[in-house]
Amino acid sequence: MIKAILIFNNHGKPRLIRFYQYFAEDMQQQIIRETFHLVSKRDDNVCNFLEGGSLIGGSDYKLIYRHYATLYFVFCVDSSESELGILDLIQVFVETLDKCFENVCELDLIFHMDKVHYILQEVVMGGMVLETNMNEIIAQVEVQNRLEKSESLPFILH
Amino acid sequence: MALKIVKGSIDRMFDKNLQDLVRGIRNHKEDEAKYISTCIDEIKQELKQDNIAVKANAVCKLTYLQMLGYDVSWAAFNIVEVMSSSKFTYKRIGYLAASQCFHESTDVIMLTTNQIRKDLSSPNQYDTGVALTGLSCFVTPDLARDLANDIMTLMSHTKPYIRKKAVLIMYKVFLKYPESLRPAFPRLKEKLEDPDPGVQSAAVNVICELARRNPKNYLSLAPLFFKLMTSSTNNWVLIKIIKLFGALTPLEPRLGKKLIEPLTNLIHSTSAMSLLYECVNTVIAVLISLSSGMPNHSASIQLCVQKLRILIEDSDQNLKYLGLLAMSKILKTHPKSVQSHKDLILQCLDDKDESIRLRALDLLYGMVSKKNLMEIVKKLMLHVDKAEGTTYRDELLTKIIDICSQSNYQYITNFEWYISILVELTRLEGTRHGHLIASQMLDVAIRVKAIRVFAVAQMATLLDNAHMLTGNTQRNGICEVLYAAAWICGEFSEHLENPMETLEAMLRPKVATLPGHIQAVYVQNAAKLFATVLKSQEGNTDSTTAQEASQLMIDRLPLFVQSANLEVQERASCILQLVKYIQKLQQKDVEVSEEVCALFAGELNPVAPKAQKKVPIPDGLDLDAWINEPPSESESEDEQPKAIFSKEEPKHSRPRHTEVDEKELARRREARKQEQANNPFYIKASPSSQKVYQETPGVEHIPVVQIDLSVPLKVPGLPMSDQYVKLEEERRQKERAEKKKKDKKKRKEKRSGRGKKHDSGPESEEDITPAHMVDIVTEEMPENALPSDDDERDPADPHKALDIDLDKPLADSEKLPVRSHRAAEVLKSPAEDEEGENVSSLEPKKKSSKEKREKKKDKDKDRKKSKEEKKKKKHKHEEKEEADLLCGQADEPAFQSEETNEVVTPPTSTSADEAATVAAAEAAPAPGAISVTTPDSEPEEPKDTEMEETKSSKHKKKKQKREKEDKEKKKKKKHHHHHHHHGDKGGEESVQNGTVEEEEPLPPMSNYCLLAENSYIKVMMEDADEAYDIQGNLQDGSQVVVSVIFENKCDSFLKSMEFNVLDSLNSKLQRPEGSGPHDSLTIPFQLPPGVSNEARFVFTVQSIIMPQKLKGTLTFIVKNEESSTHEKLDFKLHFTCTSYLITTPCYSDAFAKLLESGDLKSSSIRLEGVNMPFHHLLARICFHHHFSVVERIDSCASMYSRSIQGHHVCLLVKISSQTVSVDAKCDEPTLLGNVLDEIKQTFSQC
Repeated sequence: MIKAILIFNNHGKPRLIRFYQYFAEDMQQQIIRETFHLVSKRDDNVCNFLEGGSLIGGSDYKLIYRHYATLYFVFCVDSSESELGILDLIQVFVETLDKCFENVCELDLIFHMDKVHYILQEVVMGGMVLETNMNEIIAQVEVQNRLEKSESLPFILH
Repeated sequence: MALKIVKGSIDRMFDKNLQDLVRGIRNHKEDEAKYISTCIDEIKQELKQDNIAVKANAVCKLTYLQMLGYDVSWAAFNIVEVMSSSKFTYKRIGYLAASQCFHESTDVIMLTTNQIRKDLSSPNQYDTGVALTGLSCFVTPDLARDLANDIMTLMSHTKPYIRKKAVLIMYKVFLKYPESLRPAFPRLKEKLEDPDPGVQSAAVNVICELARRNPKNYLSLAPLFFKLMTSSTNNWVLIKIIKLFGALTPLEPRLGKKLIEPLTNLIHSTSAMSLLYECVNTVIAVLISLSSGMPNHSASIQLCVQKLRILIEDSDQNLKYLGLLAMSKILKTHPKSVQSHKDLILQCLDDKDESIRLRALDLLYGMVSKKNLMEIVKKLMLHVDKAEGTTYRDELLTKIIDICSQSNYQYITNFEWYISILVELTRLEGTRHGHLIASQMLDVAIRVKAIRVFAVAQMATLLDNAHMLTGNTQRNGICEVLYAAAWICGEFSEHLENPMETLEAMLRPKVATLPGHIQAVYVQNAAKLFATVLKSQEGNTDSTTAQEASQLMIDRLPLFVQSANLEVQERASCILQLVKYIQKLQQKDVEVSEEVCALFAGELNPVAPKAQKKVPIPDGLDLDAWINEPPSESESEDEQPKAIFSKEEPKHSRPRHTEVDEKELARRREARKQEQANNPFYIKASPSSQKVYQETPGVEHIPVVQIDLSVPLKVPGLPMSDQYVKLEEERRQKERAEKKKKDKKKRKEKRSGRGKKHDSGPESEEDITPAHMVDIVTEEMPENALPSDDDERDPADPHKALDIDLDKPLADSEKLPVRSHRAAEVLKSPAEDEEGENVSSLEPKKKSSKEKREKKKDKDKDRKKSKEEKKKKKHKHEEKEEADLLCGQADEPAFQSEETNEVVTPPTSTSADEAATVAAAEAAPAPGAISVTTPDSEPEEPKDTEMEETKSSKHKKKKQKREKEDKEKKKKKKHHHHHHHHGDKGGEESVQNGTVEEEEPLPPMSNYCLLAENSYIKVMMEDADEAYDIQGNLQDGSQVVVSVIFENKCDSFLKSMEFNVLDSLNSKLQRPEGSGPHDSLTIPFQLPPGVSNEARFVFTVQSIIMPQKLKGTLTFIVKNEESSTHEKLDFKLHFTCTSYLITTPCYSDAFAKLLESGDLKSSSIRLEGVNMPFHHLLARICFHHHFSVVERIDSCASMYSRSIQGHHVCLLVKISSQTVSVDAKCDEPTLLGNVLDEIKQTFSQC
């Protein structure tokens, strides 16, 4: 199970948070801070796993993260997930974002948090991996976007 | 209206959208909080507007603010409003917001049940998808219970997209509502072989999660998974399965043996590192479970270790990390294979990556032996010196202590060395683990008697150099060590060379800067030392030393008497007075030493940390019982009249009394804590020592003396641990030499010589003898302690509830609550059953008007029955209201007089398709609820309904408005028509529910049969698996719900579908009030290409003893880009007699009684050439013909079913060599004949 997915930038500003277990808002912020603290002090050439922080998880949980340019993508997972598998999944997720936003950059995530969520929803659902095939993910996202577009045509044209 | 809409959209143009909000926040970096608070005010305004677009925009912004840490739960109701929008765009926003901020205690969640149910059954798969995604994040036990069946139905959806989501969410449902696991499991299992890889992967995922927590229940799936493992090429699925096998093998070693080969093959063949790694992991698990049962398992271990070495040597840090992780698993059972890679692991300690260093440390823990312990610790000590950052250094420190103390100091051969290691560790700056070192010192000193002389000497030196440790209060963690040092010196003071000197050290004024609990130990142990000094001077004529000691105490103790810490103060003043008295006696030359020593006589034995918990409760002692009668509540009331004369007194005395009690309690608690803190044997269990320190006032204000620490600290007089390594080496060599000599001697004596070469072989573990004759005192346990060492599982663990045996056949009582069908599944006790039968047999006679029934009821003598009916009615009423409100209809009299009508057929006045869907979705459950027959089968909470009512009434207007908008738009854009078809005869069809299927997973059986098909559309009717009788209905006859699936086979859009049947005298399609007997029903949905959907139709049937056929027509419009054509499809509905039977459980005694009664007519048939196992045969009868097995003995079974009008049908089925004989009895011969014919037909087809 995936307990949480956090995306924040090099300064620890959250760009997307997705908890699959309830935490109150202030706790969520603390977790982000703690995770940022843990992750940000690591060099880029060290391994991408670290033991979970004190706030989230416990001995069974691990933080698995990847650092892309200005953003950190952190997944907090338990031992039923394959570590390398999750690393691949992060890669798939980021590549999907890249396709959906055409050369994704931090600004896309800042201004379209909702869209990022919708994409993520096609990858992970309720803490479990839903789909790992990038083409399938993109296809579903696009159908839904079209659906949304068809609904938003100006009133007068109907 | 139009004006309002236009105004709404203009408003929208001026609203801030999410992008504007983000931009605004970025532009107000200085006063972000202020800016956001104005934004929240705006959002609040927007939420007040009627326009759903504005609301959705506001909710979207709130979702963003939630991410920034703002609590947005106040908008929960608005979120629900947006969720219930008919537009996908807004719905998605609503569900996203809900998934981000709803949780179990969000109270509006209970309002969402019906909305979610509606979305789940939406014709648009993305509505369903969005609802499933949202629900997965905020599902509550209530939602899980109410929606379990809906979700289970979705597991068989035509779209893989929905199937995979439904499968995944089932895991969440199981967690919240464990009762759903057994009924849903067969279908979940089925999904393991779903044609769609995504669905398959989801099912594997869910089962793996389940099996990980309770593996033993899933062992029976092993063959299936084995098949999947050898056939699947999807690495994700493979990884999950292989992980699952890792969890299963410890339970079933035979499985492990089978796994080794395919896993080894995978290891050799795969190029995916992730898969390779998981394979290695599982092979390790297998090998662990086999321990030594496999002949050639060493080859497998070698393979694993070799692969892991490759990983560890890889330049990719991730692989290195994982390699170490897996290595540590092998270590537990096969330490030898890992120990040969010690070089590699020690090398990893130098890695720049902390995670890797920590993993390497873990490995070291398991690699130590008597032989290499000193060497490894020496290496670690070097790392301690080099380490930057306290976390890693602290980690090293704990690891050193763990490594040394593991399994009761098994690997320590020289405790002097260990004590000096501990002393060296005290020089660590800023460590948090002072107490850990302290407890080790205490433990070793107490339990290893032989080491006490050495330990005491070391501790005395430590006390003498205490200033080194306490010089900087920043390093306060380490001063805990002084606690241990003082206690050891005091307790074992007889071993001190110079107690007087130590006494002096312990009473230095600087001690007063130490934390209170340490000072207390100092004072107490100073007294012990004092006693020792007196004792050593006993018989010495010159009493100056003794008097000096007394004087020293008297001089120094007053400092402690003034201590702010109570404990210190109390002990100090006590001891001070004692010493003063002793001094007096000394001056009179009285011998006191013996008495003083008696104060501290006796040896304390170590107590196991869990000892207290394990003291068995003596027989007859009930700890929960009151010792004295508790003050009764009435007592105080009794007292009141007495208080007339002394009003004040009782009032005062009572609170005072309790106050004293509380104080007393607090005091006792504190005393206990202190006692524990000061009792060295409690040190493990009491982490309070640090806390006590923090509470001490004024410690922070004491001026701090900075010590220049650039010179490495070397406490004079303390030996360096390193020298022990050398010494130990020498000692061992000497021993070996001696042994050799002995051996030679022996060999000389025994010329025969067994060929063992002690000298040439490497030193084995047993050869190393400890330097000291160590007597490790074991910890004491109370007598009769129960060996219940297994720490109970966390009671809050949700997975505990999922420890459910999945192989047991499903009992009727376990079926999922289906709103529409619940009644039929209620398991009745035999008595109730009979009663139920009475009721139902009465039913057909009842007249259809409410008044008449009322009258009847009045007449009814059986009170119970009437009670039941009242309940039923009440229930019905609620249901009706709910459906009614959600239809967006104003009160229609029709609803009250003809309840059955609205069940599926929406009043034609609501042509807006949304309303129709609502009606269908909401009203469908009604029949089930109405037919409730026993009080305990009334699970819908009225409360819930009430709330929904209020909410929906609120929404009604808005909704209507929205609907109209939508409708208009649609009309302009495309001409969508919906036609409902209502098949008329309900005999055969029934509601999809899948309860029967689950009972019999063996042969795949479908209960849908093809009704009609053309190039555009395929109509499938669900072969009646259950019929629903409406007991206590107003009408004569019975009602049957038919489920029909419409599947669009062409590339065009199908719409305006209308369903009609030609009513017969006996069977009629129920049409909405006000429509004629030949009007068709509009189907409340359209079908995009490739989509299928299900509609339910209600029929009333008069007589059920004969099968019925009804002719019907489906008309629809085929619309594609260029054109639209009107098409029509004829079909025949066939209601078999079987479909009027309800699966009803029957107890064998009731069954026997029934047969004895003699009211039943009998008949029989023979089936030849039936070529299937008997249980399959029974399963088929149960499944297709709605029977339940009463009893089964070998190849003979009795079965029972009951018709919706209360006819009993009993079967006796026997099989002997492909011939099946069915003897049947029923109180209605025609019905029986038809049922038997149908059974015959079923088997002739297969």
